Amino acid sequence: MGWLKETFTSSIGRKLIMSITGLFLIGFLLTHLSGNLLLFIQDQGVAFNEYSKFMSTSPIIRVLEVVLVAGFLFHIVDGIMLSIKNKKSRPVGYKKRSGSESSFFSKFMPQTGLFIFIYLIIHINSFTIKHRVVEPGNLDFYGTVSDAFRYGWGGFYWAFYVLAMVLLAFHLNHGFQSAFQSLGLNHKKYSPIIKTLGSLYSIVVPAAFAAIPVYFRFFYTA
Amino acid sequence: MKLTLEVWRQKNSEDKGKFETYTLDNANEHMSFLEMLDVLNEKLTKEGKDPVAFSHDCREGICGSCGCVINGRPHGPDEEVATCQLHMRKFEDGQKITIEPWRAKGFPVLKDLVVDRSAFDRIMHAGGFITVSTGSAVDANLMPIPKAIADEAFSAANCIGCGACVAACKNASAMLFVAAKVSHLALLPQGQAEKTERVKKMVKAMDQEGFGNCTNTGACEAECPKSISIRHIARMNREYLSASIASE
Ligand code: HEM
Ligand code: FES
Repeated sequence: MGWLKETFTSSIGRKLIMSITGLFLIGFLLTHLSGNLLLFIQDQGVAFNEYSKFMSTSPIIRVLEVVLVAGFLFHIVDGIMLSIKNKKSRPVGYKKRSGSESSFFSKFMPQTGLFIFIYLIIHINSFTIKHRVVEPGNLDFYGTVSDAFRYGWGGFYWAFYVLAMVLLAFHLNHGFQSAFQSLGLNHKKYSPIIKTLGSLYSIVVPAAFAAIPVYFRFFYTA
Repeated sequence: MKLTLEVWRQKNSEDKGKFETYTLDNANEHMSFLEMLDVLNEKLTKEGKDPVAFSHDCREGICGSCGCVINGRPHGPDEEVATCQLHMRKFEDGQKITIEPWRAKGFPVLKDLVVDRSAFDRIMHAGGFITVSTGSAVDANLMPIPKAIADEAFSAANCIGCGACVAACKNASAMLFVAAKVSHLALLPQGQAEKTERVKKMVKAMDQEGFGNCTNTGACEAECPKSISIRHIARMNREYLSASIASE
């Protein structure tokens, strides 16, 4: 079993964890988004409430949630450990630094990641905790969501969401293709396709998420 | 050419070090960057001051001895050259030039612009070679290697071990250097026998030297005087993961 420890404490093994968990979270975002798009159906929340009832009662979802939390934890803890090691690797910095042609978004992965983490805590507190712990009897989760975006934080809750999605887009713009490079998947034919797919994903998915608060704040009529 | 030079001065590895500013009136655009430093050192010596220590040997971009960060860029403002191949025509009359050593935990400063790069030697000793005695050179093409593979191996073998990748990386990671060595040998028939052990040993040695982790930012390939691609890092990741996870 010594090989396990050696592999996953090595720099490349740590990046393997980063990349597998990152790709897993990318997959999760797609499923999460597909459910949330039900919010756009003009039925005063019937379909969305049905869906959220399933999400909060299904035992299968309970099990998947444990996997999801583990995915986040591994990604975050590993990311923090890598970032600390990276900081320590240059104890004395440069006086002058002129930007080499390295990708812009890759420079802020720990910062954008940390912001997403803060966002996650607030997000889970406003919706998951509220739905399951604070108001377990309330079956109108659609109402909870629309109220939060229309009135939350003195009318600015929606803006925080949009900001978080912009930073998520930055994180994913580098992260998507970086995950493949970490896995050793760099190929003359396929890497350009992966890069294009990654840029598309990193724009379309956060934009679709951000459309939800914008919709409720500015276009929703009860 | 008149220049203002802001140079990192540090007596030894214990000294804290600081920047000193010098002016130089008699540089010209035909000089190489290192010749310009030679002129500065002549001047300093005549003034009874300690000349600036910098590393160099071949002065033609093949040995990998030279290297400093010039105006924020490893090996300075030209593309695909080592510091010794940089010319003063890349600078303007009256310009201020900031000159710093490579900065990395794995490359402690010994004096002024000279850093200790023996970490790279230790990584090479861990596996960057072929153990068997290869005898004298065999006939060309006795061992057929497809052109594309030979070219790819050669593009990795171009690495001169100067350390600009470490200096450029925001994490002071040595991945491009180690990847060039692993990739070069993993591509060629002679490297096959020791391929799994080699990558494991070299990565282990790299991690022990205090270099950071790769974040696939690509600053290394942008500054590498030999334009070594981060494709080789992907190949090393592949070699490492298959050596440590897939192999028995
Ligand atoms: C929905 C949430 C998230 C997704 C989809 C995501 C996705 C990714 C992906 C795909 C990568 C690239 C992996 C690689 O380079 O091999 C990555 C890297 C990283 N992530 Fe995240 N991430 C998320 C949240 C977070 C959070 C909450 C944090 C930290 C608190 C974080 C910190 C990092 C760091 C530090 C890296 C490493 C950067 C690098 O090596 O280039 N991420 N992420
Ligand atoms: S002195 Fe040999 S590469 Fe510059």
